[in-house]
Amino acid sequence: MRVLMRGNEAIAEAAIRAGCKCYFCYPITPQGELVEYMARHLPQQGGVFLQAESEVAAINMVYGASAAGVRTMTSSSSPGISLKMEGISYLAGSRLPAVIVNVMRGGPGLGNIAPAQGDYFQATKGGGHGDYRLIVLAPSTVQEAAELVMLAFDLSDHYRVPAMILADGMLGQMMEPVELPEPVDEGTILEKPWALTGAEGREPRVVLSFDLDPQGLKEMNLTLQRTYREIEAHEVRWEEVDTADAEILLVAYGTMGRIAKTVVRLARAEGIRAGLLRPISLWPFPYEPIRALAERIPVVLTVELSAGQMWEDVRLAVEGRAATPFYGELGGVVPTPKEILSEVKKHAR
Amino acid sequence: METGVIFAGFGGQGILLAGKVLARAGMDQGLEVTWLPSYGPEMRGGTANCTVILADEPVGSPIVDAPRALVALNGPSLDRFEPKVAPGGAVVVNSSLVPRPVRRKDVREIPVPVNDIARELGEPRTINMVALGAAVRALGILPLQAVIQAMVEELGERGRKRLVEVNREALARGYAEAGRFLA
Repeated sequence: MRVLMRGNEAIAEAAIRAGCKCYFCYPITPQGELVEYMARHLPQQGGVFLQAESEVAAINMVYGASAAGVRTMTSSSSPGISLKMEGISYLAGSRLPAVIVNVMRGGPGLGNIAPAQGDYFQATKGGGHGDYRLIVLAPSTVQEAAELVMLAFDLSDHYRVPAMILADGMLGQMMEPVELPEPVDEGTILEKPWALTGAEGREPRVVLSFDLDPQGLKEMNLTLQRTYREIEAHEVRWEEVDTADAEILLVAYGTMGRIAKTVVRLARAEGIRAGLLRPISLWPFPYEPIRALAERIPVVLTVELSAGQMWEDVRLAVEGRAATPFYGELGGVVPTPKEILSEVKKHAR
Repeated sequence: METGVIFAGFGGQGILLAGKVLARAGMDQGLEVTWLPSYGPEMRGGTANCTVILADEPVGSPIVDAPRALVALNGPSLDRFEPKVAPGGAVVVNSSLVPRPVRRKDVREIPVPVNDIARELGEPRTINMVALGAAVRALGILPLQAVIQAMVEELGERGRKRLVEVNREALARGYAEAGRFLA
């Protein structure tokens, strides 16, 4: 049955259905409904909802809950996510699974509460300190947001790498019909033989993000790097629209990805053979699929709600095989399909 | 086919709910829908708007360049959104509050004294449903009954019986009122 839900609410409900037992937060717009939904529904399902005294406290509570072996989540919006960065790096270093939701707003600094995509670098290239990666998934519809939250919990548990849902204010606030995923059978959630569950009757376990011995820390890092290579090999996700005969390829994700679908339709109605590649996993990034398309499509136009952050990855993928123009909006301004269409016309041969 | 509708007015006039009821009715009828609110730092008495799209295939952009209908519950909303309406589109104007007629000649003007009707019904808070009823008639995409059903579902959880009844009347009154201006 389809229900009409806000993106923020669908993310929260999906987390509960994924077996999230502990949710820690500090409120911020435009993801307030996510907090409200969790406050209302998680305790009813036997989970813990806790509004911490700060973002820093919330992410460290996530660390504690994850170390104890339960599925756990936090959510915030851009400046709040910045505050969580130290804790996120610790999660990554300690190989602790967790889901972090960033409903992006305009930045930098306090910015505003309008939709933006200026946190791409922070999400995909680190953000916190050290050589770590997050699995980053970028939904473009409310339905996809619900599905990717379920996936994020599974991937995070499987690889012991924290996963981030990178959404934006528009997706968080808008309502669409959703077919909610079935709740997971808790018996099927991966066992965590490393979790700190009380050492009575067994050898103690340790969860640490550091080793004072450089050789030891190097080994820990190599384990992380091996895991990242495995994720890159198996977890790249993307969607293609009308790429088969395209003469110009748009690359856009999240809210821009869905707007770009409208642009493709408008362009084709005017005889321009446009296509779209929409990255769903921003890390691992779909370098290979973009490279393959750039072999035969002469123009690859990146469209973002930023000054060109994903654009860098698109150019790494294309490596000179095609022209790589960019169109972006800043500060929470969202371009209309027609504005992007005129950009497409400029670059289509 | 995509049909965009913009609801706009003062915060507190219930335009977000009116849009949500329309979106829900569309969903119940098997359409693809989006509902996108303005969510700035707004308050009662400030301005608010939402955009609803009804479509027969998945909706791309939830932003509408040229809505097929505008519901303007106050003057500033008419000033702001009138220029955007698609040629041939409908403009439902709250003639109780908006002091001027629609300027454009290529749109269908549907003046409805929304506040007066709501007062006659004995429930001033139904202005949003009176306006929605008029918009439903102007759009001609969804049966009024589907919208009434969506309103009942929407208010069902929090609504008292009397509230549901008066909102049903409000939708019907708006629907009938708009009929006077449509062939």
